[in-house]
Order: sequence, then structure tokens, then C-alpha cells
Amino acid sequence: MTHITVKVDGTTYEDDVEPRLLLVHYLRDRLGLTGTPIGCDTSNCGACTVELDGASAKSCSVLAVQADGCEVTTVQGLAKDGEWTRLQRAFHERHALQCGYCTPGMLMAARDLLRENPHPGAEEVRHALEGNLCRCTGYQNIVHAVLAAAGQQVAEEATA
Amino acid sequence: MIPPAFEYTRPGSVDEAVRALADAGEEAKVLAGGQSLLPLLRLRLAFPELVVDVGRIPELRGVREDGDTLVIGAMTTHHDVVHDPLVRRHAGLLAQATATVADPAVRHRGTLGGSLAHADPAGDLPAVALALDAALVVAGPGGRRTVPAREFFVDYLQSALAPDELLLEVRIPKRAGWGFHYEKFHAVAQSWAIVAVAALVRRDDGHIAEARVALTNMGPTPLRATAAEEALTGADGPGAVARAAEAAAEGTRPSQDLSASPEYREHLARVLTRRAVLTATGTG
Ligand SMILES: Cc1cc2nc3c(=O)[nH]c(=O)nc-3n(C[C@H](O)[C@H](O)[C@H](O)COP(=O)(O)OP(=O)(O)OC[C@H]3O[C@@H](n4cnc5c(N)ncnc54)[C@H](O)[C@@H]3O)c2cc1C
Ligand code: FES
Ligand code: FES
Repeated sequence: MTHITVKVDGTTYEDDVEPRLLLVHYLRDRLGLTGTPIGCDTSNCGACTVELDGASAKSCSVLAVQADGCEVTTVQGLAKDGEWTRLQRAFHERHALQCGYCTPGMLMAARDLLRENPHPGAEEVRHALEGNLCRCTGYQNIVHAVLAAAGQQVAEEATA
Repeated sequence: MIPPAFEYTRPGSVDEAVRALADAGEEAKVLAGGQSLLPLLRLRLAFPELVVDVGRIPELRGVREDGDTLVIGAMTTHHDVVHDPLVRRHAGLLAQATATVADPAVRHRGTLGGSLAHADPAGDLPAVALALDAALVVAGPGGRRTVPAREFFVDYLQSALAPDELLLEVRIPKRAGWGFHYEKFHAVAQSWAIVAVAALVRRDDGHIAEARVALTNMGPTPLRATAAEEALTGADGPGAVARAAEAAAEGTRPSQDLSASPEYREHLARVLTRRAVLTATGTG
């Protein structure tokens, strides 16, 4: 067992964990933060994306012990006092989800993009989301939602 | 899936890390960004007894200059390589190729050293290290040694690193005035190259004075396309470059997999070499 201290969505946790415990399992099974799903076993789908010390990371590809001393933000830490972020609202308004399984990862990846590039074009949004798979939406509305959240014109035909 | 059980240590310095590796012998595995190792552990394709996490050793991270050489710490992440002004200025080929690796989340964690130590012939950075004539500085129980990239990639997923050795830094000669291009062919945006070509070209008076061409995924290790390089010397226009590119697959041993046959890979090597060289010379 290894002792870790991790701040998750603003709360500091101390735990003894097995070194092999994946961060995503720590979040889901130990902390009960099941908003972060697991979609694959190959590090490909991005459903499990969280923010680790300010940068997006696939939490299925990080050990909990690697997050020792770090700050983690999950999709459950985005809303403040029940108030959605602009990005979350845009996903809602633009119908950027169907089953919703990819949505937590999409939100975290999009948030990462908007931090580095607050006014991306459609092409840049697509590139930034290349590590996140959606099996339902065809991506169109996800791209529109991110553009809308960034205050960009959404040219429906330009992104077709 | 859940990885097999292992012991874990997180040394704070290179010396501590080397000692931990030496004590554990063959049973230890270095953990850098974990973007190749953790998928392997999850699929239970690796069973280390000890994982040595080198992620918090400050001296392994960052980019500096040493005269005519650019020095990149093994633990420098792909994201930091892509955005580093020194890398962009002196090793633009590396910055360009690294931007095509995986996706933003993987690039935040995956490292240059991890990509080279992993020695995957489908990885983008081994061929780039070969094209740039990089030298890899390695520490082990017997001290430090420097391995040129052309001797570092020994076989499929096998580097010249001994189990108790740690890759410290990557030294790249600066190449003022060389054109470059990394041409990657892949089926899905975040996926590995089916084939890719790294080209570096020095032009003189309208013709190519010198060329270095390296191939990704054309054999069990990254390869130099030496026949194409020779034919490029003195080439003076798209026609001459196209003829040189015809030699790009000479001496390669491409594999067969779900994405491509060996013949198709050879075809890609020729087409991508022509594109890479023309773009590197600014005539593409
Ligand atoms: C979805 C996905 C897509 C990807 N796509 C691409 C792609 O298109 N192109 C590409 O090139 N790569 C790709 N990768 C791999 C990625 O580049 C990894 O970051 C890289 O292969 C390994 O780097 P790492 O720092 O994560 O190393 P780790 O996974 O930590 O380690 C990899 C291996 O190297 C050894 N090692 C690491 N560092 C050292 C060191 N300093 N000294 C000695 N040994 C060391 C480890 O013991 C291990 O055997 C992809 C990965 C994923 C998950
Ligand atoms: S569950 Fe992490 S990438 Fe798919
Ligand atoms: S909404 Fe179902 S996977 Fe994206």
C-alpha cells in the first residue's frame, strides 16, 4: 500500500492504495465519483478524461499513486453551486449528446482546448477532440457546442 | 482491466532511480508517462515486480542548449516538446512530428524518452531521432554512456537500454538552414502511422546538397532510406526527387497487419518520401 493525498473537485482526500490502482478506479470505486466513465481498455476512447494539475489526462492511463500531491478535476467539479458552465450549457442547448457516455470526456477535452485557445475554429476543435470517441452523435453537434461556448460563429455548412 | 500487482517507488533523483533499478535487476520497469506501459499492464502483457516512477525527477525534464546541440530531458512531455521555442527553432522536425503523436491528453503525459525507450517501429519519434542524428545519454550502475540513435533501436520493441539503465536525455545537433517535413499516413486522426517519412534537406543553389530520410513502420526498427538519400544528393527538381523516392523502400522489411500488406507499405514509403522531400525543399 502507498499513501496518497489527492485533491479532487476541491476536496482533499488521503488514502492508502495499491500501486496498481488506476486513477479512474480510485475516483469511481473509492471516492464514488462515477461521473467519469470507463469506455475502453486501450486508452483510445477518452471517456475517462479528467484534468490532472490543469491538463487533460486519460484517468484509465494514470495510476492513482501518480496523482499523489496533485489536483484532479472531474466532470462533477465543473458546475459551481448547481450552475453549469458555459460549455456544459452549450452541450445541452446544441444537443451535443445522445447516450451521454462520451460527454464527460468531451467536456474535459473541450475545456482543455478552450484554455489554450479561447477562440478556436472548427478544424481546431476537431483536432482537439481527436482522442475522444463518440459512437452516437457523428461529432457535428459536439463541434458546434464547443464553438458556441467559445462565442464563435457556428457555420453549420462549413463544418459538414 | 486491472494491472497485475507490483511494488512502487518514486525516486527523487537520477542516482536514486539508478540504484533502485540496479537492486531490482530484470524485474523492474521504468514508468515515465505511462501511455505505453499502462495499457500493457492493463492487458497483462507485462509483469514487473517493481515499477520505478521517474516522473518527479526535475533534472529529467526540460530543454536547454549546449553550444551546437539541443538537449531534451527524457521526461519532457510531448506537449512541452511541441510548444518549446528552442525545439521549434532548432529541431522543427521533432516539434512537427510530435504534434502528430496520439491526442492532446496522451501528449500531456507521454514523454520523448518513453517513446524512444519503447522502441516501437510504428512510433513517430524513433525515425525522427534517427533522421536528426540524435544521441541518447543513458545512466546505469557503471556510469553514463552515450548511444547514437542509429545503434539505439535494436529490434521490435527492443532498445539498446539494459534493464537497469535509465535514459536521461536526448542530444540533437542543431541544423541551421535545413528544410524538414514529417509526412504521416494513418487511417484515424489519433492512430499510429501505417507508414511515415521524416525528411531533412539542405539545399544549395537550386539543388539538394544533402538529404536525410528516415522511415516509420517499414521494419522492426526505424530505418534510414539510404538509397533514396544517395539518389537525392544533387537532385534538382520534382522529376529528380520523384526518381529518388522510387528507391525509398529498398532494404526495408515492412510487416503485414490489419492495416496494410508489405507491398502497400512499400508503395506508401515511395509516395510519402516524394511528398516529404518536396515539402522539405519548399517545392511541394
Ligand atoms: C491512444 C494512444 C495513441 C498513441 N498514438 C501514438 C502515435 O500516433 N505515435 C506515437 O509515436 N506514439 C503514440 N502513442 C504512444 C505515446 O507516444 C507514448 O507516450 C509513448 O510511446 C511512451 O511514452 P511514455 O512516456 O508514456 O512511456 P511509458 O509508457 O511510461 O514507458 C514506455 C516504455 O519505455 C520505458 N521507459 C520510459 N522512460 C524511460 C527512461 N527514461 N529510461 C528507460 N526506460 C524508459 C518503460 O519502462 C516502458 O517500457 C500512443 C499512445 C496511446 C495511448
Ligand atoms: S476508458 Fe480511458 S481512454 Fe477509454
Ligand atoms: S453521446 Fe453516446 S457516445 Fe457520444
